[in-house]
Amino acid sequence: MSIEISNVGKRFGDFVALDDVTVSIPAGSLTALLGPSGGGKSTLLRIIAGLEHADSGRVEIEGVDATSLPPQKRDVGFVFQHYAAFKHLSVFRNVAFGLEIRKRPKDEIKARVDELLELVHLDQFGDRLPAQLSGGQRQRMALARALAVEPKVLLLDEPFGALDAKVRKELRDWLRRLHDEVHVTTVFVTHDQEEALEVADEIVVINEGRVEQIGTPDALYDEPESDFVMSFLGPVTTLRGQLIRPHDIELRTTEAPAARAGTVSRLVRVGFEVRVDVVSADEVTTVSLTRAEARSLGLEEGTAVWLEVAPGAQVRTPGATAPGSGTPTTAGSR
Amino acid sequence: MGSGAGRAERNPRATAFRWTLRLVVVVYLVLLVAWPVSLVVTKTFEDFSTFTDLFSDPDTVHALKLTVIVAAASVVINTVFGVVISLLLVRYEFRGKRILSPLIDLPMAVSPIVVGLSLVLVYGGRDGWFGPWLEANGLQVIFAVPGMIMATTFVALPLVVRELVPVLEEVGVEQEQAAASLGAGPFQTFRRITLPAIKWALIYGVVLSLARSLGEFGALKVVSGNILGETRTATLVVEEQYLNFNQAGAYATAFLLTIVSVACIVVVTIIRPKEDRER
Amino acid sequence: MMWFSLLVLIPLVAIVVTASEGGWSGFADALTNEQTAAAIRLTVGMAFLVTAVNVVMGTTIAWVLVRDRFPGQRFLEVLIDIPFALPTIVAGLVLLSLYGPDSPLPVDIANKRSAVFVAFLFVTLPFIVRTVQPVLEELERDVEEAAMSLGASRFTTFRRITLPSIIPAIAAGAALAFARAVSEYGSLVLLSGNLPMKTEVTSVRILSSIENDNLVGAAAVATILLGISLLVIVTFDLLQRRLVRRG
Repeated sequence: MSIEISNVGKRFGDFVALDDVTVSIPAGSLTALLGPSGGGKSTLLRIIAGLEHADSGRVEIEGVDATSLPPQKRDVGFVFQHYAAFKHLSVFRNVAFGLEIRKRPKDEIKARVDELLELVHLDQFGDRLPAQLSGGQRQRMALARALAVEPKVLLLDEPFGALDAKVRKELRDWLRRLHDEVHVTTVFVTHDQEEALEVADEIVVINEGRVEQIGTPDALYDEPESDFVMSFLGPVTTLRGQLIRPHDIELRTTEAPAARAGTVSRLVRVGFEVRVDVVSADEVTTVSLTRAEARSLGLEEGTAVWLEVAPGAQVRTPGATAPGSGTPTTAGSR
Repeated sequence: MGSGAGRAERNPRATAFRWTLRLVVVVYLVLLVAWPVSLVVTKTFEDFSTFTDLFSDPDTVHALKLTVIVAAASVVINTVFGVVISLLLVRYEFRGKRILSPLIDLPMAVSPIVVGLSLVLVYGGRDGWFGPWLEANGLQVIFAVPGMIMATTFVALPLVVRELVPVLEEVGVEQEQAAASLGAGPFQTFRRITLPAIKWALIYGVVLSLARSLGEFGALKVVSGNILGETRTATLVVEEQYLNFNQAGAYATAFLLTIVSVACIVVVTIIRPKEDRER
Repeated sequence: MMWFSLLVLIPLVAIVVTASEGGWSGFADALTNEQTAAAIRLTVGMAFLVTAVNVVMGTTIAWVLVRDRFPGQRFLEVLIDIPFALPTIVAGLVLLSLYGPDSPLPVDIANKRSAVFVAFLFVTLPFIVRTVQPVLEELERDVEEAAMSLGASRFTTFRRITLPSIIPAIAAGAALAFARAVSEYGSLVLLSGNLPMKTEVTSVRILSSIENDNLVGAAAVATILLGISLLVIVTFDLLQRRLVRRG
């Protein structure tokens, strides 16, 4: 294991940011700390970096107890949400900073910085000042700067949070590919479940200062251990009082024996997807269909429909603590 | 997440460094400001009767009244023109703007004595540029109240403008344009949109101007002629009393001025965080 | 504009015009007058010294006020502004009561050159603190944290990252402090004794010329004083630009 966090606690005044958190992060992996803002994930990342000190517990990086080491001695690379560019230094000098601090020979620094600038596709921009770069370019510069000192771990705090949607997506793919090339243990913080599901090898879900669940993206999505994880990782609706994903419901316009009868109350189209609200006896269920499906069924407000759980889909009994408490229920089992 | 305040320091050297800086700053400020200023208070209270005596001396009372009149007049002038000039500087383009904006700060860098001298040269009754003509028309400026108001206004001139300009720049024109698009006239826009936005900065500038105006000394010394019972102000009283070996009186008057200026500063310090909260 | 001209511009122009009425010899006389030259030397020398002290102390105070948190900080904030609001004559009086002949401390600086130093220090206190403070507050913490996580010590971080960002503010504050010191008058009246050749500053020198009805001579010295202030303000501005560019 590359990073071992054991029983870490942290308060800011009365506010409990982290409550007895224990996490192991395997070497060479790309791990996401996922959770709502204010949930403590950034604090945990800053504690790993030494920018914040835990009130209790222990932090180990590559077998070395780092609990009370200052940030300078931890050998971590840190990338900030708002880039933290050194505004008065050129892009080249920004990336060279850590190497200059370590008093490496000039030609070695030059070679290394050139190599990194090429890696992040900024080789044309070495002489520019950060102010002359776009947001995405600045963040790539910050990444090169963090990688320059060959850190044991790379930590990214909402690295794409300040960028617009398109650049975000590009940089996300790019980070994944970069990680496959460099293989440094990487931890990034995000509140965007799509980002975590798409990029990470492993996801740590953190909420209200506690770890909710740790696992691969598939495991978290398919076998959430709590209502929170289920609802945080994707859209959730209720059918017969059970939690279920809207795309795991089958909708028909003909009566089926065990299906639940209801009436369409609203249709919303978002791109290729159509969200259908169905009012039945005591609940409103949202079903997600493709544009083509909705059209072929000829749905409109007031249409009578029947709902059942799609074969192989997962449902959850609200409040249950273990995964699979609602193991695949076949239609009509209830 | 995690403000500087919540940051725990585990590194003992960093903690020692922090405490050293704290100590240096506190000692420096106590020696330079807090202790000397507090002595004025204790010296006044050693014999409190001198303080009450102040108000029975008609010349001193006259000086205090005059100080208030001169300061009030210059604060009013500086407030009105300060707002106008700030709006000009921020909202309008005109020739000479680039020259005007550094010139506004000029009075900060000019010796009060030089301020006084410059006013005497222009408005002096005997051989000033405009003075003799004005005097022939019945307006004495130098060695009289108008000149004193001018000198005080000159000295305190930049304070309101310096407070307003950055706030006006930050507020931007959008709200004003929105108001205009909703049918508000220029004056309504100013009163209902601009003024509330700059309210705290304006109060801040006015309070600072007031403190500065009440305490002006050098320029008044040159311009007023320092005539007992006529153009002598509170600050001039302090000097006069001290030089006439009436130390107790000097301290009592100084105490009064200190109270007012410290009160101004406290008001300003209380206002400032409010401004931050609004942002 | 009209109002501004009548109040500020025309009077200041009048000084330069009056001074030049005396011709170059007027300036020459003023400068070669030993007493005047001594006053200018003292004023400018002390102003430089005090500005230097302020660069260090002002920056330190600003840093402590922004980055440190401890009880009583609001009180320090008030202390910083007091020299700005306190009438200068009162400032002289309060300094005299602590550092004068009746001092509770074993010092007496009255009528000494050190009195000029202390008085300048008092009146210039707020300038650098108040220009650096907002810039430090604006400065993002994460930039310093980035430097530290790259291995820079606290000191290196301050020197290479923080300092370049606040140098313009320090220079601007230093220029203001210098200009204020050079033109100071009120606080010295009671404190320094205004001894010719020893503790007499330029402003006092100008005043005595005025009182002797030598307005041309006074204007000449005043012009020199204005020139020095202007020169220093411009120099600080240039210096700051160069330092920032070099990084």
